[in-house]
Amino acid sequence: MPRKWTGLNLASTSLFFVTLSACLLQVVFTSNMFGVTVKNSGMTGTGTTAGPTKRTHSPMVTGTSVLGVKYNGGVMLAADTLASYGSLARFKDVTRLNAVGDYTILGAGGEFSDFQAIQEILEKMDQEDKNADDGFSHSPAELFNYLRAIFYSKRNKFNPLWNEVLVGGFKDGKAFLGHLDMIGTAFSDEVMATGFGSYLALPIMRKRWHANMTEGEARALLEDCMRVLFYRWGPREGGREGGRKGEGGRLEGAKQPRTQKVELYF
Amino acid sequence: MSSTGAGYDVSPTTFSPDGRLFQVEYAGKAVENSGTAIGLKCKDGVILAVENLMLSKLLVSNSNRRTYNVGSHISIAVAGLVSDGRQVVNRAREEAENYKDNYGSDMPPTILADRLAQFVHYFTLNYSLRPFGASVLIAGHDAFTDSIELNVIEPSGVAYKFFGAALGKGRQGAKTEIEKLKLTETTCDDAVKEMAKILHKLHDESKDKPFELEMAWVTAANGYKAQRVPRDIV
Repeated sequence: MPRKWTGLNLASTSLFFVTLSACLLQVVFTSNMFGVTVKNSGMTGTGTTAGPTKRTHSPMVTGTSVLGVKYNGGVMLAADTLASYGSLARFKDVTRLNAVGDYTILGAGGEFSDFQAIQEILEKMDQEDKNADDGFSHSPAELFNYLRAIFYSKRNKFNPLWNEVLVGGFKDGKAFLGHLDMIGTAFSDEVMATGFGSYLALPIMRKRWHANMTEGEARALLEDCMRVLFYRWGPREGGREGGRKGEGGRLEGAKQPRTQKVELYF
Repeated sequence: MSSTGAGYDVSPTTFSPDGRLFQVEYAGKAVENSGTAIGLKCKDGVILAVENLMLSKLLVSNSNRRTYNVGSHISIAVAGLVSDGRQVVNRAREEAENYKDNYGSDMPPTILADRLAQFVHYFTLNYSLRPFGASVLIAGHDAFTDSIELNVIEPSGVAYKFFGAALGKGRQGAKTEIEKLKLTETTCDDAVKEMAKILHKLHDESKDKPFELEMAWVTAANGYKAQRVPRDIV
């Protein structure tokens, strides 16, 4: 069996903390991570046999809420800039929203490294579009469906991308907003949220959303929701750092992808 | 068999008595007969221009291009057998993608040129392979040194770095014209016109087939993104 990256399970995570200061032990631990050390595998003698294949059982560095709303002439996503390490507010200025291609934005909660992998996949696809140089760029719905296929196939291998993703976009006069989770469930709606936002923000969004919403209304709605989220879990996530945790709920700057009215806030 | 090398031209694996590889030279001939392709490195970018000969009036315009985007910041023009050139372009795209996968940054064009030269050269070493009947012009931006570059790879697998280069039928005339330009002082906007003039001048209405002018550039004004020169400028 080839050596395989197996990810960290809970047992090895605690081991990691124990051995953090002792370099030598850490090395032993590292090789264990790659499934080199034979343990409880029921097979002996070959030296190349790894234990049972391990998969990602829990995410490590995670983001939570992404909010999305369709409005008249566009789609808007909002997310905070926090990536947590368990309950620790570990990285306070990451971007969990990303523009890809000419028409699409996406935002993700869940494992941050998996989100980065997703961005790479989509950027590669976009580069293929650009290489073809025929003016075509995939639509938000197409990118969403492509991601859906990847997510579902990965979950069927019991090795999911540990994310909850919102894909938004605007092409040919039509707004698109889709929600995708780590087991490949995919659906569309006018307002959507991931993580904590699906409990705290979604009810507010559903109540206030109406067809023909203007960009300003959409923005006000998202800012209000982000404020609620910030008051709710911002302080807790950043408990150890006193009152400065405000950064977790910050909305800032706007970036405009090339052609149509698709906005990205972060 | 004469000593000049008759019989030594069936494979690139055998040298002629005077040290030549005829198959590779013949591949070079395929490039010499192609529509002219020129590349200029200017003050603020690199431009590629191709005289794309239309083999038939029935061809859909702009459908068989000879310039290609490779990654976000490199453009390649092909002279010679376009299908052979495309093989090189595909490899270039692969190399650029792998580089970005591994190092997270855009591949410097010189490194790409070296890699492609190795690839092209490999095809001159094997009995079972034939050299590419195509040369490529590589225009690109190097983000590490913030410099622009123009490289040429020949069927022999040699890579050159140029200020100005010309391949194909009109290369001699084009080179003399290019030498008249002050490349380090010319901007891309001006050079585009010069290049169009050169290609039109070298084109022989009575003898040559009608052609489409095709241009691509990597310029500071566009953030060094590889793109075709917009139709309204061409």
